[in-house]
Amino acid sequence: MMHAGYIYAGPIETWATILTVAATAVAGDVLTAGAMRRIGDLDLVRAKAGLGGAVRAVTSSPMFLLGVLCMAVSFFSLLFTLSNVEVSLAAPASASLTFLGNAFAAKIFLKENVNRRRWLAALFVCAGVFFLLAK
Amino acid sequence: MLTASVGDTLLSHGMTQVGPVTMAHLGMLLAALRNPWVATGILCLLGFFASYLTALSWADLTFVLPSTAFGYVVVALLSRFWLHETITIYRWVGILLIVCGVGFVANGPSLTEHKPQLASGEAAPEDEGVVTGGAR
Repeated sequence: MMHAGYIYAGPIETWATILTVAATAVAGDVLTAGAMRRIGDLDLVRAKAGLGGAVRAVTSSPMFLLGVLCMAVSFFSLLFTLSNVEVSLAAPASASLTFLGNAFAAKIFLKENVNRRRWLAALFVCAGVFFLLAK
Repeated sequence: MLTASVGDTLLSHGMTQVGPVTMAHLGMLLAALRNPWVATGILCLLGFFASYLTALSWADLTFVLPSTAFGYVVVALLSRFWLHETITIYRWVGILLIVCGVGFVANGPSLTEHKPQLASGEAAPEDEGVVTGGAR
């Protein structure tokens, strides 16, 4: 079915682009979080080295820069997806998948203890974002 | 969370004043930066990113992300009561679910403490990490 203003994308292309958006967003979040974990409490860094020192500590981290790059790729992937897929599917699906993917990735890569409370939080927020964005 | 919500709403309000931007008139994006609502919205979003990074430096990603999702609720309420947009029953259900999710995570600890590494650099075999530390 052709929708006004949208180039039709088949189911495989639709979900491939949505998964790309979610996967790059998860990579960006996990890399950024990993970088911040390595740098340590920014409040303490700022107390020691001032605001400039805190900014330098963050922006000189290759892991942080890679994370920002992934976030940028995710953003442009979302733009590409939105040009091919209806926003009412692309936005909630990618946002919800990002929340679930982050819970898995944080457990695997950041070794966070994702307990039952956090899984429930991720699932509720995931469902809530889907309802909120799907209209 | 508040800076992101207010920033998004300010951007939305500013862009309605700027008007639709087409591929043929991308220069309008630069002109939009001169709109005070848009400029203030961008400053708010910069404040959000700085706060987000600071939170990640002392709390787990699985604590910070669901907590910041509460911003979706704030945006919905701002758009309803400030921009006078309509919120459907599905959106109210979404808001309720997000509030529940944030409640689950907010009542728990914020950080996973890992046991110290062994001298060889290997993590202790039973190192699963425990969550600790209250929300700041």
